Amino acid sequence: MMILLQLFVSFLKIGLFSFGGGYAMLPLIQDEIVRLHGWVTQANFVDIIAIAQITPGPIAVNSATFVGYHVAGVPGAVIATFAVVSGPLVLAAIVVRLADRFSSSYLVQGALTGLRPALLALIAYSAISIARTSFTGVVTVLVGVGAFALLIFTRVHPLIILGATALIGGLFLGG
Amino acid sequence: MNRRLSLFLRFLRLGFFTIGGGYAMVPLIEREVVDDSHWLTREDYYKTILLTQSVPGPIAVNTAFVVGRQIAGLSGGLVSASGVVLPSFAIILVIAINFASFHNVPVVEAVFRGIRTAVVALIAAAGVRLARERIELFTFVLAAAGLAAILFLNVSPFLLVLAFIAAGISRAYIRQRRSGGTSSRDTGNPADGNPADGQSEPEDGAP
Repeated sequence: MMILLQLFVSFLKIGLFSFGGGYAMLPLIQDEIVRLHGWVTQANFVDIIAIAQITPGPIAVNSATFVGYHVAGVPGAVIATFAVVSGPLVLAAIVVRLADRFSSSYLVQGALTGLRPALLALIAYSAISIARTSFTGVVTVLVGVGAFALLIFTRVHPLIILGATALIGGLFLGG
Repeated sequence: MNRRLSLFLRFLRLGFFTIGGGYAMVPLIEREVVDDSHWLTREDYYKTILLTQSVPGPIAVNTAFVVGRQIAGLSGGLVSASGVVLPSFAIILVIAINFASFHNVPVVEAVFRGIRTAVVALIAAAGVRLARERIELFTFVLAAAGLAAILFLNVSPFLLVLAFIAAGISRAYIRQRRSGGTSSRDTGNPADGNPADGQSEPEDGAP
């Protein structure tokens, strides 16, 4: 029972702080589930991100379902998934009611402006901390840099790049 | 009732296609609720999208909720949000249930070692794209300071987000006071006499 409450609070917090969508929220998720509660290892956390990339659904929701199940079975998965979306939905309902007043408020615009450098910092931190886990030798660094170059300089679809790195891993990174 | 069922089914179908981040969903939802079903006008739809982007949380879920609510009230919002979450919930649950057993297979572990490198690349590329969009020097300086605070001072990422939001609000408030605006702190008092525009970008030159 206690664990379900902890899951609920953690993922409620993650949901309420996940501005900017996607990767900026990874350090928040990591902070809660790896550092604070130790529900999964750092390597498993990266695996969850990888799984989230190749399956439908937002990363925050995917990690909630995954970690929830991992920690407390199906009830955990349900509670964590519900928690991560419920906070934002309440806020969204309020914001829509205030509609025009909200989006034209200079204070709201100020908050969003202040958020920008924070999101950039969080994404940079994600990349660094996940690189520490993922880059375990020369081969992994080379593959990672190659994937990065393809993403930046070409229009190759990210799913193809994920598939290629999976293949390289299976062939060359065993043992 | 019928409309709610229809909303649920449409968003359930959309829920299978949310690979690659919430923004990819915006045109897909638009086609469903504007072009196919004529539930919303295009203008209303885009007003809604702009609003949901200033709220935290997964974009796909927030958008489904707000759009569903506009079309069929609170219950419409709830069925739409459930519909869009359900596919990813089910798929991840199946993976999570089997994760422990197949993760111990050496080949699977090797495959994940490969994929983990791509995860770094994806995140770094997203950072570069974001940095390209926001090229003001001051933003970079602040971002670097924030990064240093997390890396070297062990500042919690939650605290960082709160601090930057507070700084942004304070700055906007002080500017408003200085520019001789009314002393009203009412958030309903728009800084630019341009309410209901929705297009509101922050004042120019803002970091």
